[in-house]
Amino acid sequence: MFEQITSNKRRSVALVFAFVLVVVAVVWAFNTLIGYGVSGLVVAVVFAGGTAALAYWKSDAVALRMSHAKPADPEQYPRLHNVVEGLCIAAGLPKPRLYVIEDDAPNAFATGRNPRHAAVAVTTGLLDRMNRIELEAVLAHELSHVKNYDILVSTLAVTMVGVVVLLSDFGMRFMWFGGGRRRDNNGGGGGPGAMLALLGFALLILAPIAAKLMQFAISRRRETLADVSGVALTRYPPGLIAALEKLKEDQTVVRSGSRATAHLWIESPVARKPEEGRLAWLGKMMDTHPPLDERIEALREL
Amino acid sequence: MLLWIILGVALLVVVYGIVQYNGLVRLRNRIESAWSQIDVQLQRRYDLIPNLIETVKGYAAHEKGVFESVTQARANAINAQGPAEQAQAENMVTGALKSLFAVAEAYPDLKANQNFALLQEELSGTEGKIAYARQFYNDSVQSYNTKIQTFPSNLIAGPFGFKEREYFEADDPSRGPVQARF
Repeated sequence: MFEQITSNKRRSVALVFAFVLVVVAVVWAFNTLIGYGVSGLVVAVVFAGGTAALAYWKSDAVALRMSHAKPADPEQYPRLHNVVEGLCIAAGLPKPRLYVIEDDAPNAFATGRNPRHAAVAVTTGLLDRMNRIELEAVLAHELSHVKNYDILVSTLAVTMVGVVVLLSDFGMRFMWFGGGRRRDNNGGGGGPGAMLALLGFALLILAPIAAKLMQFAISRRRETLADVSGVALTRYPPGLIAALEKLKEDQTVVRSGSRATAHLWIESPVARKPEEGRLAWLGKMMDTHPPLDERIEALREL
Repeated sequence: MLLWIILGVALLVVVYGIVQYNGLVRLRNRIESAWSQIDVQLQRRYDLIPNLIETVKGYAAHEKGVFESVTQARANAINAQGPAEQAQAENMVTGALKSLFAVAEAYPDLKANQNFALLQEELSGTEGKIAYARQFYNDSVQSYNTKIQTFPSNLIAGPFGFKEREYFEADDPSRGPVQARF
């Protein structure tokens, strides 16, 4: 458990560095194509650093806002508050802020930068459909994410991956419109200039893919880990098994769930398409969550 | 040169000892706060019971036997001496509350009462919190005892009087979240 916390903190630092590197590389590629020189690079470094800092302090707010989460009123949702308070006693954690999302699809996620600044959001669908024991199991899973610092890594990833995707989108579009001018100025090109341009172009395409893969690599194994440490809190595996079964049966999809926040949720909020044929392995690699069947199976073995 | 190395090693040992000592103190304090957390939750349950009885009385005034057994169990639990007696008394309270809620099932008006639903939720919540507080207490005791018994922290624990703590033993085999359901 403690190794996981250290590894998560280390991972967060690595993530921030990778992010700054990718942003600088993208801007550099962009620069090579358009040509702004060193000043552009300085702006890029400042921008990347600023975004990373902002992501650390504010990414939980971003994630909550993106999913249209509203603070959960203790009067209106006494059960949610009671269950979380109980689990926090068991885990020795401070109580996180609680949010509710108006959505029929049962799902939940945790966010924040450390246990003292954590938030847990659940959909109304989850509150309606789960009984107390199942709700407890789901929330124990979320609190394990909080305790293990998974929230820090994954929430940082939300914000920063979003920025990278946005940036390269922007770069692509800029190239379609502004690229022509540069070609006129330099006249034909060829040699190192063209090579650099090609490299820049490759980077522009690769950046979002790399960012996505990074995001997926972060999330999958820790879902199973959080399942197991959640059960260590409730001491009752059948509770989580029942909850996951219910999530599996349910086909509704969270409306405000997007690919950017997918890895935060307990179950993937994006529709899972039946993957067949040659591209199945690719789909599996890009999935943010291990299949529910695998997770249920792992719990049965406890 | 040799002197410096010896001094350096000695300093490292002292710093390491301080870290171990502080770690032990932290764990011991965690046990204390875990123990008081159990009391906080038990107290919360005692406070909720009179309210609950008042609410139920409004709808099922003639079920005197149940009220009496709950009130009696509560009084016994508050006055219980020692952990063993306490645990037994708490089980009595849980049992009495169970039968109270079983009685309530027969009164649809009562079940529809907002206040009753809220009290029922609060009591299940508190019941769960009591179980979790005990679990956390035992977890804390476990890590403290392990630290006291293992090398090298046992070298610090002995001379500075860190003693092993006892676990909270639950008589009730069905302890855990299942119990939270009335």
